[in-house]
Amino acid sequence: MNESFARPLVRESTIANALVATLIVTLILMIGWPLWALLSKSLQDGTGAFIGLANFRTYFSTPSMVAALVNSLWVAALTTTIVVPLAFVYAYALTRSRMPGKGLFTALALLPIFAPSLLSAISLIYLFGNQGFLKELLLGHSIYGPIGIVFAESCYCFPHAVMIIATGLRLADGRLYEVAEALGTRPSRVFFTITLPGVRYAAISAAFVVFTLVITDFGIPKVIGGQFSVLATDAYKQIVGQQNFEMGAVVGLVLLVPAILAFFVDRHIQKRQVALLSARAVPYEPKPAPGRDLALTLFCLAIASVLVAMLGMAIWASFIRYWPYNLSLTLANYEFENFEPGAWGPYLTSLKMAGLVAVLGTALIFTGAYLVEKTKVAAPLRGIAHFLAMLPMAVPGLVLGLGYVFFINTKGSPFGVLYGTLAVLVINTVAHFYTVGHITATTALKQIDPEFEAVSSSLKVPFWVTFRRVTMPISMPAILDIAVYMFVNAMTTISAVIFLYGPATKLASISVIHMDESGATAPAAAMATCIVLTAIAAKLIHLVMDKLVFERLQAWRRR
Amino acid sequence: MKSRLFQGASLCVAALSVFASAALAQTRTKLTAYTALENDQLPPFKAAIEAAVPDVEIVWVRDSTGVITARFLAEKDNPRADLVIGLAATSTLLFEKMNLLESYSPTGADKLRPAFRDGAGDYTWTGTAAILAVVCYNTVEAKKANAVAPVSWDDLTKADFKGKVVMPHPASSGTGYLQVAAWLQLMGEEKGWAFMDKLHDNVAVYTHSGSAPCVQAAKGERMVGIGFDMRGAREKTNGAPIDLIVPKEGVGWDVETTAIVKGTKNLAAAKKVADWTATKGANELFSKYSAIVAHPEVKNAPPNYPAEAEGKLVKNDFAWMAAERDRILKEWVKRYESKAQPK
Repeated sequence: MNESFARPLVRESTIANALVATLIVTLILMIGWPLWALLSKSLQDGTGAFIGLANFRTYFSTPSMVAALVNSLWVAALTTTIVVPLAFVYAYALTRSRMPGKGLFTALALLPIFAPSLLSAISLIYLFGNQGFLKELLLGHSIYGPIGIVFAESCYCFPHAVMIIATGLRLADGRLYEVAEALGTRPSRVFFTITLPGVRYAAISAAFVVFTLVITDFGIPKVIGGQFSVLATDAYKQIVGQQNFEMGAVVGLVLLVPAILAFFVDRHIQKRQVALLSARAVPYEPKPAPGRDLALTLFCLAIASVLVAMLGMAIWASFIRYWPYNLSLTLANYEFENFEPGAWGPYLTSLKMAGLVAVLGTALIFTGAYLVEKTKVAAPLRGIAHFLAMLPMAVPGLVLGLGYVFFINTKGSPFGVLYGTLAVLVINTVAHFYTVGHITATTALKQIDPEFEAVSSSLKVPFWVTFRRVTMPISMPAILDIAVYMFVNAMTTISAVIFLYGPATKLASISVIHMDESGATAPAAAMATCIVLTAIAAKLIHLVMDKLVFERLQAWRRR
Repeated sequence: MKSRLFQGASLCVAALSVFASAALAQTRTKLTAYTALENDQLPPFKAAIEAAVPDVEIVWVRDSTGVITARFLAEKDNPRADLVIGLAATSTLLFEKMNLLESYSPTGADKLRPAFRDGAGDYTWTGTAAILAVVCYNTVEAKKANAVAPVSWDDLTKADFKGKVVMPHPASSGTGYLQVAAWLQLMGEEKGWAFMDKLHDNVAVYTHSGSAPCVQAAKGERMVGIGFDMRGAREKTNGAPIDLIVPKEGVGWDVETTAIVKGTKNLAAAKKVADWTATKGANELFSKYSAIVAHPEVKNAPPNYPAEAEGKLVKNDFAWMAAERDRILKEWVKRYESKAQPK
């Protein structure tokens, strides 16, 4: 290679290295440092002196706190054992049957994603509360407590489990089934020897995701927990109620354990899952079987009705004048100035926050993924950046929010000015949902032939020009996917931001919690309805844009 | 390509303008007020203050009494509030004792009722309105259960009400604490705790808000709510089938207060707001939300408010309530925490 040819390449890779190093510093500030702050806080006393594991000893010797831990564990375990089998059957129907209306059933299964978790809890109070019209179904048991929590969490986690298991089921190799049929194997034997083993990793992965979601969810136990305490509400009680930051940090770290465990199990499993499917695999085509399809359709109809009811009940309740004594309809519950000091302010703040998260977050995530994936970067830098980008997956929102509190709110912190600002909410939310966006971006980038970069560099076009002229336009659908994902999650999130909002930056989801707390359940349902409709509208706009604009732009993909 | 660059640029401009608009709003003096007032009171209070003192903008930080008190104490080395408005006297007395409040007597404070003025030491707080605890009794649910309406506190310990009573958690809610303190003052320590032990058997849940019990009773979610008086009256006016009962032994009460936080950077503006709270006009606003207010000439009977309540206020020793708050709450938590709503 001659001198003049090699030179610009060196310069270019230096720039790439510098950019990736900047990315790493940014991610450390956004993710690594807050977690470190949480860890160090848990080892300090109220004055900031190091006291080793004393806080942990206090934690495990306080009966009420251990009780909350035990409660959290069994509620999460029970929810997991309920959700995973139901999600399996649902996903099976979506992927392995000839059930009609698969698109509709997929959409319905995803509904809970567009609502704050506590919406289903509000619906349950109307359905099964002491004045609920289905109260008799509980046979005298109270919905306030574990029953309500498990029910509501099951709805909230259902879409996540379905998506993971359906992905696993789609990976099936059709040849195995053809061989089984040719050998005359009984269907039940096929199911137990081919289908189940093939999807077992996805099922385990789903189980861990559900378990982690439940154990770290804050909204549902807050609304419907009654006197039943769990870890997430305990952390909130310690921090917000008693300003006992050290104990809050301990609870946060306890919450981190199952999540980290899930993260590593999941990574291990994904490595094995890839090996399952060889290049010669043939997609599985379900054969017609009217009996099976009818049964599965009925099953999906039942589940989907529950999910729709959980959304619909709260929406209906938000229009009711005075439950349960006056069921006439009204818009009075949407006059938020009567229930919420900021009136519509929190909703607008949420919109602003979600918009900024979508724009700035997507820009950071996609550019970051490009740098890591496509440029000539030193391998260790690439590894560190990738690890940091994957880390938020293992960190529940509640824990990240706590970390931010300690990171920003300690005396002398250079980031003290961020306290209570919109900026900190945006940064925290981007960090919270970073990983899924990063995976989406990386997957899309991997599909683009590396030849583009090779050709560009041989034509002496620097990578940033290739990025702008080739990679970004091609990846527009993925970029939009990430933006909508960020927007929807920023609208509905509660667990991290509940610790971080300030007087001028209260979000709609937090306002729902506050209104519900003071007994204004119907206005709380009304605000939650606004959140859901906004999130669904964003998704619909996304779908329409995808169809109208990008189908044209992506025409080159077709022959 | 240009258009994409332009798109990117316009997005940046949009993001910047969000921050810029936030910066522009800061032409008036922003006063951060910590408050435990009801949510629906905050917008009219803000509007009235800003109309009376045009160069300030009030920013509320609102939570229940216990939470806002804990937050204030946690921030005591680095206070973030300029004022407290509508916080129970038992909390402001505690702040006063810890030397966290600015010494200032608002113009006109001497004309207010004695119970609504800081009576001891440096003058730091001024009362605005009284909050009472009453019993909200759902007549529809009572009829279904064939229960007899209570007339005394002891009646609430009857088997009729097992699992049907809801009251506020005294550590979080000012209404909860004032009623617990009232029982202890009425019955004496020993009998007071014995009564609460029995009542505890009938309590379904301790809520974190003082409003929630009467709201839950109003909606029939529970039969009996021991809670904030005005919320009960409002719910009844809104059509809830509840009676507001004032038990014959007397009801607990506390005074909502305004005070300036020591070390505020906006002392002059905060003093103007404190002055406003002592005016007759301000008290007329308070009287829309409270039956008993600081100014002796302002009287208002809200619809459906029990007329006998004012005569049934227990004899309150605020100094004792403030000094013993920590001890009483610790004892309460030790005995009854198991039924508290997660907070």
